[in-house]
Amino acid sequence: MSSEIKKVEGITKESTQEMIDKALEVYPEKAKKKRAPHLAPNDGVSACVKSNRKTVPGVMSARGCAYAGAKGVVWGPIRDMVHVSHGPVGCGWYSWGTRRNLMTGINGVNQFAMQFTSDFQEKDIVYGGDKKLKQLLVEAHELFPLAKGISVLSECPVGLIGDDINSVAKQSAKELDLPIIPCNCEGFRGVSQSLGHHISNDTIRDHIIGTREFAEPETPYDIALIGDYNIGGDVWSVKPLLEEIGLNVKAVWTGDGELEKIAATHKVKLNIIHCYRSMNYMCRVMEEKYGIPWLEFNFFGPTKIRESLRAIAGRFDDRIKENVERVIAKYDPLMQAVIDEYRPRLEGKKVMLYVGGLRPRHTVNAYADLGMVVVGSGYEFAHGDDYERTSVEMPEATVIYDDASEYELEEFVNTLRPDLVGSGIKEKYLFQKMGVPFRQMHSWDYSGPYHAYNGFPIFARDVDMAVNSPTWKLVKSPF
Amino acid sequence: MRQIAIYGKGGIGKSTTTQNTVAGLASMGKKVMIVGCDPKADSTRLILHAKAQSTVMDLVRELGTVEDLELEDVLKVGYGDVKCVESGGPEPGVGCAGRGVITAINFLEENGAYTPDLDFVFYDVLGDVVCGGFAMPIREGKAEEIYIVCSGEMMAMYAANNIAKGILKYASSGKVRLGGLICNARKTDKEYELIDALAKKLGTQMIHFVPRDNQVQRAELRRMTVIEYSPEHPQAEEYRTLARKIADNKMLVVPTPLEMEELEDLLMEFGIMEAEDETIVGVAEAAAR
Repeated sequence: MSSEIKKVEGITKESTQEMIDKALEVYPEKAKKKRAPHLAPNDGVSACVKSNRKTVPGVMSARGCAYAGAKGVVWGPIRDMVHVSHGPVGCGWYSWGTRRNLMTGINGVNQFAMQFTSDFQEKDIVYGGDKKLKQLLVEAHELFPLAKGISVLSECPVGLIGDDINSVAKQSAKELDLPIIPCNCEGFRGVSQSLGHHISNDTIRDHIIGTREFAEPETPYDIALIGDYNIGGDVWSVKPLLEEIGLNVKAVWTGDGELEKIAATHKVKLNIIHCYRSMNYMCRVMEEKYGIPWLEFNFFGPTKIRESLRAIAGRFDDRIKENVERVIAKYDPLMQAVIDEYRPRLEGKKVMLYVGGLRPRHTVNAYADLGMVVVGSGYEFAHGDDYERTSVEMPEATVIYDDASEYELEEFVNTLRPDLVGSGIKEKYLFQKMGVPFRQMHSWDYSGPYHAYNGFPIFARDVDMAVNSPTWKLVKSPF
Repeated sequence: MRQIAIYGKGGIGKSTTTQNTVAGLASMGKKVMIVGCDPKADSTRLILHAKAQSTVMDLVRELGTVEDLELEDVLKVGYGDVKCVESGGPEPGVGCAGRGVITAINFLEENGAYTPDLDFVFYDVLGDVVCGGFAMPIREGKAEEIYIVCSGEMMAMYAANNIAKGILKYASSGKVRLGGLICNARKTDKEYELIDALAKKLGTQMIHFVPRDNQVQRAELRRMTVIEYSPEHPQAEEYRTLARKIADNKMLVVPTPLEMEELEDLLMEFGIMEAEDETIVGVAEAAAR
């Protein structure tokens, strides 16, 4: 955590509040009252905004649903399972592969990045879909006998008609001798995708953890990498680095993940967690139930990587500590070369972020490594504990926004005139049309990895490419 | 903790019977929770002396999401320290009442309403199990014991048999069992014998015959159970007996529901129904002459 308070020239508590008030002006009285607590100048010490509340009707929210959190985030990236979108076909189709959680393996043999759905029809709603689900599970197992398990991810109608997928899953699991995990993640549950993460964590707790053992003997250096979803290959950058410092990464949750390794994670010595929002629940469960400590870390940009490596080493013996220092000494010059190349072109540039539940705080320092300053940040679905962790990373009095609407972001961009906006696909074209450089920071904009030492040069290149592209000088925004 | 679901035809007296039985159990020192699973939300009024308890779904509607709800907002304590929750739900003709039941029970589970000190949890469920939501109380890990409230009226017996069919479906895949029929007497002919015979055909027992008595209505006017209003009254003793029988019940069976013909034969046997004369079916008055 940064100790000194950062300041940005021209940004004061008053100027930020004035910008917020102006944005709120356009809302009707009731909406204004509801949105106001979700927008605030950073006070540097606490969660200064309200969060994890229902979206105000009528605004353009970027949020997803519980099903998205379960299918897209937690379950979907496990590569050796069949993931069934249980319900009408659309949810499964539109969540197929869009998150860029990459996978190794051969499709259909040991990796199943395919679209499975029970394709609900009128009759399934009226008569219930449990028989169809049972049939689907049999067929999926016959077609793909090498799949290590099947997850059943409920879409909205399943919860409405009250189908008992838990009982079907239990019975079929026995008949097929295969783990079948029912996940009651109907989209209408909760206020955002965040509840989908929580529900999925609970299903891992109830159906998976502790059901397998690792084949190899235990060592004192066994860890699990939690909350890395291998976006653009992040895991493939992080895992080798952790191995280079002498740790055994026994399981990855869940990017390019394997079911049986996840199931044996109760045997590791330490859990290190990147995406706190989506997986802190299971870290706490494993701590309470199996006594496994856990540690949050940040592998964005050399400063945080260095800090995090040392913090991880602090949990192990001198061998790991020495390895970490050796590794830092090896990579520091390489990272310095990256900084030397890009920093002169990026120095002092301003960034605004609006992403899911982690990156709006975790990437702040990676931009700082490149000489850039984040002047506004916020999340789609974070909770209070995320905003607490954000306040210490962000400069004083910069704007913090929760579940921001398209309109609010537009207003803030108009006032703050950032040199780069990092957000999602729904925001991308709005800001590009305004002539503002943009990077899609959910899926790394068809690029990546961005994590760890292999990721930082790519991150720096992409940021430079966006900010300094001559394209933007040719765009004349009519707005 | 024993979890018990009470089913039966609409208007048969499920809520009254449940609350009086629960009051009986409470008077025996048992710790009980009632979960009302009916959008009408009248499963707890006699225990709480309230017109209408604020329900889980009422508060969800008010607050926007179920995540913002606190347990103490919806869990009230009434006569005999009985804990009361109503799932609630929409008015007839809109929305999805079944989902209301699912949401409410999930909420109770996630927020630790099922405390280990409870001896019994009673689910008082809407008369017709019209969708999966109303079967939520008998899903795995919840009620494993069902009592059907019925009377000697034909439609109540049809309903009891239909509910037994539903139980059979769940019993074949889970642990849910039928504990017996509770006859809430309507003073129809040969009522005791009829329900006793129906129970035997279903493979179960008539666990108790609750005679009809206006004392129940007198107590209800005061929003009280008979047990609380007039503990010395013979009707109160009836409910205490029912409570004791349920507490001691070991006869839990997979029911053997009747085919429609068998049920009609039974009704004819007791003179409730007359044999159908197939020669008159579809013959108009003029043609018959």
